[in-house]
Formats: sequence, structure tokens, C-alpha cells
Amino acid sequence: MNHLLIAPILLPAIVAPFIIMVLRYHIDLKRIFSTASTVGIALISLALAIQAADGTVQVYELGNWPAPFGIVLVLDRLSAMMIVLTAVLALAVLLYAIGTGWDARGANFHALFQFQLMGIIGAFLTGDAFNLFVFFEVLLIASYGLMIHAGGARRFQAGVQYVVYNLLGSTLFLFALGTLYAVTGTLNMADLAVRVAELPAEDTALLRVGAMLLLLVFAIKAAVLPLHFWLPASYANAPLPVAALFAIMTKVGAYAILRVYTLVFGPEVEVTAGLAGDWLLPAALITLAVGAIGILGAREIGRLMAFGAISSMGTLLTAVALFTPEAVAAALYYTVHSTLAAALLFLIADMVMERQGGEIAAKPVMAQSGLIAALFFAGAIALAGMPPLSGFIGKLLVMDAARGHDLVWWIWGVILVSSLVTIIGLARAGSLIFWKSHGLSPQTHTVDKGATPPPVQATSSNSALPFVACFGLLAALILLTILAGPMMSYAEATAAQLFAPDAYLETVLERAGK
Amino acid sequence: MELLVASAVGLLTAAGVYLILRRRTFPVILGLSLVTYAVNVFLFATGRLMVNAPPILNKYAEVAYTDPLPQALVLTAIVISFGMTAVVVMIALAAYLSAQDDRIDMLDDDAAKTGEDA
Repeated sequence: MNHLLIAPILLPAIVAPFIIMVLRYHIDLKRIFSTASTVGIALISLALAIQAADGTVQVYELGNWPAPFGIVLVLDRLSAMMIVLTAVLALAVLLYAIGTGWDARGANFHALFQFQLMGIIGAFLTGDAFNLFVFFEVLLIASYGLMIHAGGARRFQAGVQYVVYNLLGSTLFLFALGTLYAVTGTLNMADLAVRVAELPAEDTALLRVGAMLLLLVFAIKAAVLPLHFWLPASYANAPLPVAALFAIMTKVGAYAILRVYTLVFGPEVEVTAGLAGDWLLPAALITLAVGAIGILGAREIGRLMAFGAISSMGTLLTAVALFTPEAVAAALYYTVHSTLAAALLFLIADMVMERQGGEIAAKPVMAQSGLIAALFFAGAIALAGMPPLSGFIGKLLVMDAARGHDLVWWIWGVILVSSLVTIIGLARAGSLIFWKSHGLSPQTHTVDKGATPPPVQATSSNSALPFVACFGLLAALILLTILAGPMMSYAEATAAQLFAPDAYLETVLERAGK
Repeated sequence: MELLVASAVGLLTAAGVYLILRRRTFPVILGLSLVTYAVNVFLFATGRLMVNAPPILNKYAEVAYTDPLPQALVLTAIVISFGMTAVVVMIALAAYLSAQDDRIDMLDDDAAKTGEDA
């Protein structure tokens, strides 16, 4: 057994309590340990990705209990890619939060951050459906804390909504798992796949209910319309660097859909055939459209970016809902792109918000306006899917993958029109914030009324760090564009692995007979 | 017994959903706890209802036993929902104390701005 597999979960699980208990009053030490832990996770996940790149599936049996009886962690190409993405994103967000002093505005930012990473990485690695629920809870509990970090009345109110909504989601998750367990008698994903395939066709009403409930739960996490209501208010009122980290959380939902509906309820399983795709595709297209409209209508920059995140989830899930290897490969490429792009835009939004408040309106020129405007320009190009950045390639791949589908004109139409609307919305916001401000005199400056907690004095000591984080994310996007070829061949190999789950099943259930 | 358990789950869920749709945080939290009770009973029933049977296999004789796994799942679910309820009570209290209002929706100036809030 390869013990490296559990290291990215254990490392934050050890560092986080250590930060709470030992480093309580030492912000510098907290920062050092948190950064070191995140760098460590990044290195470990890179090593795991290299191990997984040749297509082997690795299994880690917790407590050495063989697969259907104990909990397993499974590493394949998909989970390796997702944890590398998580680690890269986390590092950028952490550097930004340290650089702007966001982490010092509340007590436990770093500990919660590490717990959040633990939950996300665990959700990507686990091979057990109930364990997936537990890791969902870990990442959610940490996100509740991060969401209300630094306080403020509106943030608490948005926090209550967010917690209530997600608690309901968790309850639904338990109902779904209970139903599946009642039908199949197992919760190990590989074992579930075997048993679902063996189930007689007339005995599947309950199973279909369970599969649909599960899709509903993942759709809540992925903010698919009509279950997206939690996202705009929570992301816009959360500390925006935290919202940048949350960019990966919606992807956890997309990952879970991808994993469960290729492995357990795969396309060739008759009893649930078409169940996911038929429902998900229209929902994803509407999500995309509503996200674009939201971008056009947003009056606060945080809300603008939140709708940007929703519309990118729409594109991503459109590709996922096609459930063909080409479409899934495109979806994977787009996942990496949209996570980095959404995070970049949330960080830029935070810079704007710290300097002139959250409202999208002409205000006096802010400090470092040129640099921020350049970043916003690049980020907007990436999010809207304009050439030359990776969003263009991603959307092109998604549209190309949809070519053979019955609804191809709908898909193309919605993607293209919503891209146009997104461009208009972002251009409007950008020109109001960055260009129109030059026509104003400084004395008209008013602080945004009560919408945000009063800005704490930014610790300007290391003010270069936020830009390092932003330009790092931008560099990652550019790298993703230049290396689109290798990245795509990795994504294609991943999709091929997902649609041929025999290797996964054999590796996980291999020792079951002993 | 099946009818009793099933209707209890249904009743708890219905009451919980009704309370969750209220506008103040207190009934919403009560509703959430009712729904989590419902899901706990439901999980318990997924291992089939069985009375007076131990949750262990008997090595020496063919004796009826009950499925131990749902009991473990319920235990996890109870712990998590208990902790979550505590967290949501604290956050709701913080929201109430800082905004002097325990409405669950944020109508004041937010809905006027975009009308997108749930």
C-alpha cells in the first residue's frame, strides 16, 4: 500500500489543530505553518499525479480492511488532477489572504483553511459513498467558518442562509445514501457499480429514486439551476478571497456527478440510462443563461463574479451532461480553466472592493488602478472565453464535443449567446470601475454604505504578495493555454479511464475474496 | 411496525419542511432538526426493521441478526447533524445580535438591488 495516498488528507488534518492549539496568538507562525502545509500538499499531489499519469489505479485501504468492508481511498487520473488543481488554487488564495491581511481579521482563518483543504482533497480521493458524505461535511463545516470570517451583519445573515441550505443538502444526501444502501446493501462505489449492474430490471424503482436524489444533492453543490440560490448571496457576502477558494467547491459537485454517473450509474447501465444526462443538460444550459444574465444585471462586483462562477458551471456541466468521452475530456479541461479564472476574478474583485467598495459605479481612481485594470481585463477575457486565453479553447472543445448531439443547436446557441452577454456585462463593469473613474474628482468619494464591514487598515507591509498571487493564477491560465495539447491528451486519457471502469473495479475489489 | 416508522419519517419530514419555509431563523432551525431526526430514523430503517436481534453474526447457529452498518451510519449522521445544529444556532445568534433582526431572508437593501436572493 502506498501511504503517500493519505498524506494530502493527513497533513492538513494535523496542521490545523496544531495551529488552533499551539499557535493561537502568533499570526506569523500561523502563516508560516499554513503556507508550509499548503506547499506540502501541492508537492504531494504533484507526486501523486505523476504516479497516476500512466493510468494505474491505486487503492489505499484504511485500517487494512479490504474493499467492500472498509473505507478505501482511490487515486486515478481524475482525482489526481483535481487535487493538484486544489493545491495550486489554495496556494494562490493563501498567499493573497496573507498579503492583504485578510487572514488576521478573524481568529481561525488558517486552521479553517487547512480543514477546508482536507475536506476537499478527501472528497476527491475517497472511493466510498458514505465517506464522500463525511468529507463533504468536513469541507462544509470549514466553509461555514470561512464564510463568516471577519464578521459583519450582512455576512452573518448570508452565512445563516448558506448553512441552512447546505444542511438541507446534507439531509438529502443521507436520504439518497439510505435509499441506495437499502437497495444494494453496500456503499463502496466500486461495489455499488457491480451490484447496480447485476440488479434485475423490474426491481429498480427505488434505485432510480436514490440515483436521482444523489444527482439533486450534487447539483446543489454544483449550483445548477434551480438549486443555485445559495451561491450569489453567499459568495458575494463571503470574504472574497474565501469565495476564490470556494471556486473549487462547486467543482466538487461536478466531480461527484462525473464520478458517480460514470462509475456507478454508467452510460451502459440500463436501469438508470439517460437519467442524469436527460435532466442535467437542460438544467446546465439554463444555468449558463441565467449566469450570463446575472453578470449583466449585477450591481456589486462580488455578485458579478458569483454569477460568473455560475455561468462557468453551466458550461462545465453542459459538457459533463453529454456523457461521451470527448465531452468529458473537454469538461475536464474547462474545469481547470474555470476554477483558475473564477478564483482570479474573485481576487481582483476583492482588490477593487478593498479600495473603493463593492458597488459597480464610477468612483475616484483607486491605488494601483492600472495594474488591477490589466488583471481584470485578462481575467474577463479568460472567463468570457475570448481568444487568446484558455477559456476560448475550453469553450471550443465543449462545442466541438457537442457536435453529434441532438440538441447541438441549442447547446451552441446558448453557449455563444451567453458568452456574448458575459462579455458585455464584464465590459460594462470594467469600464465603469476603471475608465469612468478618471472623469471624477476625488472629493465625491463615499464609502459604500454598510454593505461591507468597515475596511480594516490593510497591512501594506507586503502589498506585493496579492499581485504575486493574481499574476500566478494568470500565469497558470497562460500555461494552460500554451500547454493545451498535453493537457488535453491527459484529459482524454482521464475520460477514457472513466468510461472504462473495469481497471478501477478490479483494483478496488481485488482483495475482497481474501 | 413498517407503517408506524414510515409514517413517522413522513410526518417528521413534512413538519420539518413546513418549518424550514418559515421566515424567522428559530423555526427554520427547529425544522432542520426535525428533518435530521427524520433522516436518522430513515437510515435506521434501511437495514430492514428487526426486533430483538443482535447486530452480530452467530458463528455457531443460524440466528437472525440485524444489519449493523445502518446503526454506524446513523451514529455518524447524528454526530454531524448535532454539531451542525450547534453551528447554525451560533451563526444565527450572531446574525441576530449584529443585525437586530432574525429574518432568514435579506430583504433590506439587497432584494431591492437585484431581487435574486432565495
